Amino acid sequence: MDEDAGGLVLFVGTIRNQTKGREVKGLEYEVYCRMAERQIAKLEKEIRKRWPVKSIRLVHREGKLKVGEVSVVVAVSAVHREEAFEAARYAIDRIKESFPIWKREKFRRGRHAWVEGTPIQSYPASDPEISESHTSPREIVPRHKRSLVEA
Amino acid sequence: MIRVKMIYFAQSREAAGTKGEEFSVDEKSNVRTAMSKAFEAHPKLRQLEKAIKVALNEEITQEDAPLHDGDRVALLPPVVGG
Repeated sequence: MDEDAGGLVLFVGTIRNQTKGREVKGLEYEVYCRMAERQIAKLEKEIRKRWPVKSIRLVHREGKLKVGEVSVVVAVSAVHREEAFEAARYAIDRIKESFPIWKREKFRRGRHAWVEGTPIQSYPASDPEISESHTSPREIVPRHKRSLVEA
Repeated sequence: MIRVKMIYFAQSREAAGTKGEEFSVDEKSNVRTAMSKAFEAHPKLRQLEKAIKVALNEEITQEDAPLHDGDRVALLPPVVGG
Protein backbone atom coordinates (compact mmCIF):
# COMPACT_ATOMS: atom_id res chain seq x y z
CA MET A 1 0.00 0.00 0.00
CA ASP A 2 1.31 3.42 -0.95
CA GLU A 3 1.47 5.65 2.09
CA ASP A 4 0.62 8.73 0.03
CA ALA A 5 -2.55 7.10 -1.34
CA GLY A 6 -5.81 8.17 0.25
CA GLY A 7 -7.83 5.26 -1.05
CA LEU A 8 -7.89 2.04 -2.99
CA VAL A 9 -10.77 0.96 -5.24
CA LEU A 10 -11.10 -2.75 -5.81
CA PHE A 11 -13.45 -4.13 -8.45
CA VAL A 12 -13.97 -7.88 -8.43
CA GLY A 13 -16.00 -9.41 -11.24
CA THR A 14 -17.70 -12.72 -10.47
CA ILE A 15 -19.62 -15.34 -12.42
CA ARG A 16 -23.38 -14.80 -12.22
CA ASN A 17 -25.83 -17.71 -11.96
CA GLN A 18 -28.19 -16.51 -14.69
CA THR A 19 -28.36 -14.56 -17.90
CA LYS A 20 -31.59 -13.14 -19.33
CA GLY A 21 -33.55 -15.40 -17.01
CA ARG A 22 -31.66 -18.53 -18.03
CA GLU A 23 -29.74 -20.51 -15.46
CA VAL A 24 -25.98 -20.44 -15.98
CA LYS A 25 -23.76 -23.24 -14.67
CA GLY A 26 -20.43 -21.64 -15.45
CA LEU A 27 -18.33 -19.76 -17.95
CA GLU A 28 -15.37 -20.63 -20.11
CA TYR A 29 -13.03 -17.81 -21.06
CA GLU A 30 -10.83 -17.86 -24.12
CA VAL A 31 -8.03 -15.30 -24.21
CA TYR A 32 -5.49 -14.23 -26.83
CA CYS A 33 -2.88 -14.07 -24.08
CA ARG A 34 -0.03 -12.61 -26.07
CA MET A 35 -2.23 -9.69 -27.14
CA ALA A 36 -4.08 -9.32 -23.84
CA GLU A 37 -0.83 -8.98 -21.93
CA ARG A 38 0.18 -6.12 -24.19
CA GLN A 39 -3.26 -4.55 -23.77
CA ILE A 40 -2.95 -4.73 -20.00
CA ALA A 41 0.41 -2.96 -20.10
CA LYS A 42 -0.96 -0.30 -22.45
CA LEU A 43 -4.10 0.23 -20.40
CA GLU A 44 -2.09 0.65 -17.21
CA LYS A 45 0.11 3.16 -18.96
CA GLU A 46 -2.85 5.06 -20.37
CA ILE A 47 -4.53 5.24 -16.97
CA ARG A 48 -1.36 6.49 -15.32
CA LYS A 49 -1.25 9.28 -17.88
CA ARG A 50 -4.88 10.29 -17.35
CA TRP A 51 -5.21 10.02 -13.58
CA PRO A 52 -2.72 10.54 -10.76
CA VAL A 53 -2.94 6.93 -9.63
CA LYS A 54 -0.40 5.49 -7.24
CA SER A 55 -0.79 1.79 -8.02
CA ILE A 56 -2.77 -0.14 -10.55
CA ARG A 57 -3.18 -3.86 -11.11
CA LEU A 58 -5.38 -5.64 -13.64
CA VAL A 59 -5.93 -9.39 -13.64
CA HIS A 60 -8.20 -11.52 -15.82
CA ARG A 61 -8.77 -15.25 -15.62
CA GLU A 62 -8.95 -17.70 -18.49
CA GLY A 63 -10.41 -21.16 -18.80
CA LYS A 64 -13.37 -22.73 -17.00
CA LEU A 65 -14.94 -20.92 -14.05
CA LYS A 66 -17.90 -21.84 -11.87
CA VAL A 67 -20.72 -19.62 -10.63
CA GLY A 68 -19.44 -17.34 -7.88
CA GLU A 69 -15.80 -17.56 -8.94
CA VAL A 70 -13.77 -14.45 -9.68
CA SER A 71 -13.11 -13.67 -13.34
CA VAL A 72 -11.53 -10.23 -13.22
CA VAL A 73 -9.89 -7.92 -10.68
CA VAL A 74 -9.12 -4.23 -11.02
CA ALA A 75 -7.24 -2.53 -8.17
CA VAL A 76 -6.40 1.17 -8.26
CA SER A 77 -5.00 3.35 -5.52
CA ALA A 78 -4.78 7.14 -5.78
CA VAL A 79 -4.27 10.21 -3.63
CA HIS A 80 -8.01 10.89 -3.65
CA ARG A 81 -10.99 8.59 -4.03
CA GLU A 82 -12.41 10.37 -7.11
CA GLU A 83 -9.42 9.45 -9.26
CA ALA A 84 -9.38 5.92 -7.91
CA PHE A 85 -13.08 5.36 -8.71
CA GLU A 86 -12.82 6.95 -12.16
CA ALA A 87 -9.70 5.04 -13.15
CA ALA A 88 -11.08 1.71 -11.92
CA ARG A 89 -14.36 2.28 -13.77
CA TYR A 90 -12.46 3.16 -16.93
CA ALA A 91 -10.26 0.09 -16.61
CA ILE A 92 -13.09 -2.43 -16.29
CA ASP A 93 -14.97 -0.83 -19.19
CA ARG A 94 -11.90 -1.06 -21.43
CA ILE A 95 -11.28 -4.66 -20.39
CA LYS A 96 -14.80 -5.53 -21.52
CA GLU A 97 -14.66 -3.80 -24.89
CA SER A 98 -11.07 -3.77 -26.06
CA PHE A 99 -9.42 -6.92 -24.79
CA PRO A 100 -9.18 -10.08 -26.92
CA ILE A 101 -11.33 -12.14 -24.57
CA TRP A 102 -14.33 -14.34 -25.36
CA LYS A 103 -16.66 -16.23 -23.07
CA ARG A 104 -18.97 -19.15 -23.47
CA GLU A 105 -21.84 -19.73 -21.09
CA LYS A 106 -22.61 -23.23 -19.95
CA PHE A 107 -26.25 -24.06 -19.34
CA ARG A 108 -28.01 -27.14 -18.05
CA ARG A 109 -27.90 -30.44 -19.98
CA GLY A 110 -24.53 -29.58 -21.47
CA ARG A 111 -25.81 -26.74 -23.64
CA HIS A 112 -23.56 -23.77 -24.21
CA ALA A 113 -23.39 -20.55 -26.20
CA TRP A 114 -20.90 -17.77 -26.87
CA VAL A 115 -21.79 -14.53 -25.15
CA GLU A 116 -22.53 -11.90 -27.77
CA GLY A 117 -19.73 -9.36 -27.85
CA THR A 118 -18.83 -6.16 -29.65
CA PRO A 119 -16.13 -5.60 -32.28
CA ILE A 120 -12.83 -5.13 -30.49
CA GLN A 121 -11.84 -1.49 -30.17
CA SER A 122 -8.25 -0.60 -30.85
CA TYR A 123 -6.19 1.60 -28.63
CA PRO A 124 -5.37 5.15 -29.74
CA ALA A 125 -2.53 4.38 -32.13
CA SER A 126 -2.06 8.15 -32.37
CA ASP A 127 -0.32 8.09 -29.01
CA PRO A 128 3.02 6.38 -29.70
CA GLU A 129 3.91 6.39 -26.04
CA ILE A 130 0.93 4.20 -25.27
CA SER A 131 1.03 2.21 -28.50
CA GLU A 132 4.67 1.24 -28.25
CA SER A 133 5.17 -2.37 -27.45
CA HIS A 134 6.97 -3.47 -24.36
CA THR A 135 7.00 -6.56 -22.27
CA SER A 136 4.83 -6.83 -19.22
CA PRO A 137 4.55 -9.37 -16.45
CA ARG A 138 2.09 -12.13 -17.20
CA GLU A 139 -1.28 -11.14 -15.79
CA ILE A 140 -3.61 -13.56 -17.47
CA VAL A 141 -4.09 -16.33 -14.95
CA PRO A 142 -4.06 -19.77 -16.55
CA ARG A 143 -6.78 -22.27 -15.85
CA HIS A 144 -4.75 -24.46 -13.54
CA LYS A 145 -4.20 -21.60 -11.10
CA ARG A 146 -7.22 -21.41 -8.88
CA SER A 147 -5.88 -18.95 -6.36
CA LEU A 148 -5.98 -15.28 -7.15
CA VAL A 149 -3.60 -14.64 -4.27
CA GLU A 150 -0.75 -15.58 -6.56
CA ALA A 151 -1.94 -13.31 -9.33
CA MET B 1 7.01 -16.72 -50.77
CA ILE B 2 6.67 -15.85 -47.10
CA ARG B 3 5.07 -17.81 -44.30
CA VAL B 4 2.42 -16.27 -42.06
CA LYS B 5 0.60 -17.78 -39.12
CA MET B 6 -3.18 -17.47 -38.96
CA ILE B 7 -4.65 -17.65 -35.46
CA TYR B 8 -8.32 -18.21 -34.61
CA PHE B 9 -10.34 -17.67 -31.45
CA ALA B 10 -13.79 -18.54 -30.14
CA GLN B 11 -16.28 -18.58 -33.06
CA SER B 12 -13.52 -18.19 -35.66
CA ARG B 13 -11.62 -21.10 -34.09
CA GLU B 14 -14.74 -23.24 -34.28
CA ALA B 15 -15.46 -22.20 -37.86
CA ALA B 16 -11.87 -22.93 -38.92
CA GLY B 17 -11.75 -26.16 -36.93
CA THR B 18 -8.26 -25.28 -35.69
CA LYS B 19 -6.50 -22.88 -33.35
CA GLY B 20 -4.02 -21.86 -35.98
CA GLU B 21 -2.17 -22.80 -39.14
CA GLU B 22 0.49 -21.53 -41.51
CA PHE B 23 -0.07 -20.18 -45.00
CA SER B 24 2.44 -19.37 -47.72
CA VAL B 25 1.72 -16.11 -49.53
CA ASP B 26 3.54 -13.96 -52.08
CA GLU B 27 6.06 -11.50 -50.74
CA LYS B 28 3.97 -8.46 -51.58
CA SER B 29 0.87 -9.75 -49.84
CA ASN B 30 -1.21 -7.88 -47.31
CA VAL B 31 -3.47 -8.95 -44.47
CA ARG B 32 -6.39 -9.31 -46.89
CA THR B 33 -4.42 -11.90 -48.89
CA ALA B 34 -3.97 -14.05 -45.81
CA MET B 35 -7.62 -13.64 -44.83
CA SER B 36 -8.73 -14.73 -48.30
CA LYS B 37 -6.59 -17.86 -47.97
CA ALA B 38 -8.26 -18.61 -44.65
CA PHE B 39 -11.74 -18.07 -46.09
CA GLU B 40 -10.93 -20.37 -49.00
CA ALA B 41 -9.63 -23.08 -46.68
CA HIS B 42 -12.55 -22.71 -44.24
CA PRO B 43 -15.70 -21.41 -46.00
CA LYS B 44 -17.57 -21.30 -42.67
CA LEU B 45 -15.37 -18.35 -41.69
CA ARG B 46 -17.10 -16.22 -44.32
CA GLN B 47 -20.21 -16.06 -42.13
CA LEU B 48 -18.15 -14.22 -39.54
CA GLU B 49 -16.39 -11.94 -41.99
CA LYS B 50 -18.39 -8.79 -41.20
CA ALA B 51 -18.05 -9.20 -37.45
CA ILE B 52 -14.35 -10.03 -37.43
CA LYS B 53 -11.53 -7.64 -36.60
CA VAL B 54 -8.02 -8.58 -37.50
CA ALA B 55 -4.82 -8.26 -35.50
CA LEU B 56 -1.33 -8.29 -37.00
CA ASN B 57 1.33 -9.32 -34.49
CA GLU B 58 -1.04 -8.57 -31.60
CA GLU B 59 -2.10 -5.10 -32.81
CA ILE B 60 -5.44 -4.30 -34.44
CA THR B 61 -4.72 -3.60 -38.08
CA GLN B 62 -6.26 -2.75 -41.45
CA GLU B 63 -6.64 -5.24 -44.25
CA ASP B 64 -4.18 -3.39 -46.51
CA ALA B 65 -1.30 -3.73 -44.00
CA PRO B 66 1.69 -5.48 -45.69
CA LEU B 67 2.80 -8.88 -44.48
CA HIS B 68 6.29 -10.04 -43.60
CA ASP B 69 7.73 -13.49 -43.06
CA GLY B 70 6.73 -14.89 -39.68
CA ASP B 71 3.85 -12.47 -39.09
CA ARG B 72 0.91 -13.54 -36.97
CA VAL B 73 -2.55 -12.70 -38.28
CA ALA B 74 -5.40 -13.26 -35.79
CA LEU B 75 -9.10 -13.27 -36.69
CA LEU B 76 -10.93 -11.83 -33.70
CA PRO B 77 -14.71 -12.27 -33.32
CA PRO B 78 -16.60 -9.65 -31.27
CA VAL B 79 -15.13 -9.60 -27.76
CA VAL B 80 -16.55 -9.55 -24.27
CA GLY B 81 -14.27 -9.68 -21.27
CA GLY B 82 -15.00 -9.35 -17.58
